[in-house]
Amino acid sequence: MKKDRRDFLKIAGLAAVAGIGAPSAFGSLLRGSDEALAAAPAAGGEEAAKSGKRLGMVINVRAFAAQPELAEKCTEVCHSIHNVPDFGNPKDEIKWIWKDKYNNVFADSSHYKRPGGLAEVPVLALCNHCDKPPCVRACPTKATFKKSDGVVAMDYHRCIGCRFCMAACPYGARSFNWRDPRGKDENGNPFIKTLNPKFPARMRGVVEKCNFCTERLAVGQIPACVEAVAGTGAMFFGDLNDPNSEISQILSLYYTVQRKPSLGTYPSLFYII
Amino acid sequence: MYGTGRIIPALAIFLGFMTFAVWYNAGQAQQPPKPEKPKDYKECVAPTEYMRTSHMVLLNEWRDDILRNGGPRTGVTANGTSYTRSLQNGCMNCHNDKKKFCDTCHTYAAVKPYCWDCHLEPMKEAM
Repeated sequence: MKKDRRDFLKIAGLAAVAGIGAPSAFGSLLRGSDEALAAAPAAGGEEAAKSGKRLGMVINVRAFAAQPELAEKCTEVCHSIHNVPDFGNPKDEIKWIWKDKYNNVFADSSHYKRPGGLAEVPVLALCNHCDKPPCVRACPTKATFKKSDGVVAMDYHRCIGCRFCMAACPYGARSFNWRDPRGKDENGNPFIKTLNPKFPARMRGVVEKCNFCTERLAVGQIPACVEAVAGTGAMFFGDLNDPNSEISQILSLYYTVQRKPSLGTYPSLFYII
Repeated sequence: MYGTGRIIPALAIFLGFMTFAVWYNAGQAQQPPKPEKPKDYKECVAPTEYMRTSHMVLLNEWRDDILRNGGPRTGVTANGTSYTRSLQNGCMNCHNDKKKFCDTCHTYAAVKPYCWDCHLEPMKEAM
């Protein structure tokens, strides 16, 4: 096979381009796998961010076992101040904080030979305000985002109702407004029984969830659910990154569990079982 | 020209309809809207000219600053009066009648802001 000078130069040029380009092309592929590998060993639920503020909550299931009516009280207080509608239909249900069975809240834990009665105890569930929130990654419009104090907040103005966040959330903490929350049912009763004039409502077609009472935190109050059970030791709220906060003291005293820690979402909610 | 007897009157009627808005309103000047200002307060959070043209920009800035950047929930006017940076809890405290304030201009300008799809307008019984 005869190669003239012209062909040789062409091949040499192409080889040079390929040689220079290939590492960067491989590099861009490898970067993705690095991220995936980096996330894997850290999973297990220990806190990820150690600096700055990270608000969290401890839910004492034992206190709710002693006073089961507390759970209902929390839901009522929260839903009334945040203008959460009650559509009277589990399919359309909007919930910010709700009680569920232990077996459902901790679906991936073993339920074999648990202490008697635990299955009947109302366990409160709400948004976990994860340190690595999958809903924030899924949101295409940045309608939901992580605030610097650790709260996973929502800007309802930007929500386009795609419900990617609902699919992404492993805790079912997000609800979609299939109907107009300010509408009325067949009997003419409004879905929001009494409107709180200090807080907005939502419109049809947006997703909503617990906001850790960010509007109350701004004026120096604690979340309404924690306030509702004050004095019972059922719920604690505070900065997880502050070693002197009440919540850090509680967490150092009691053995607590988080929901689905193996997913690597780093929930900021802890349960004393 | 064929059909003159029909075409000319028809054209006249057509032109009459088309220019209806012009001659119906001839001689009477359109009144610009007069939103009712709050009586107890003399000063808004920004100069009137700015508020007239850019209140919606200000509201968006407040929202993004408070919600995303953790900005302050209160502000201070030029004369030192403190106010809440909020549509529902701030603006509507003074401008407490949406129909007499917001709606007068919005209706005149045929704009339909979606504020009230979610935000609650001041309720009379709560005042």
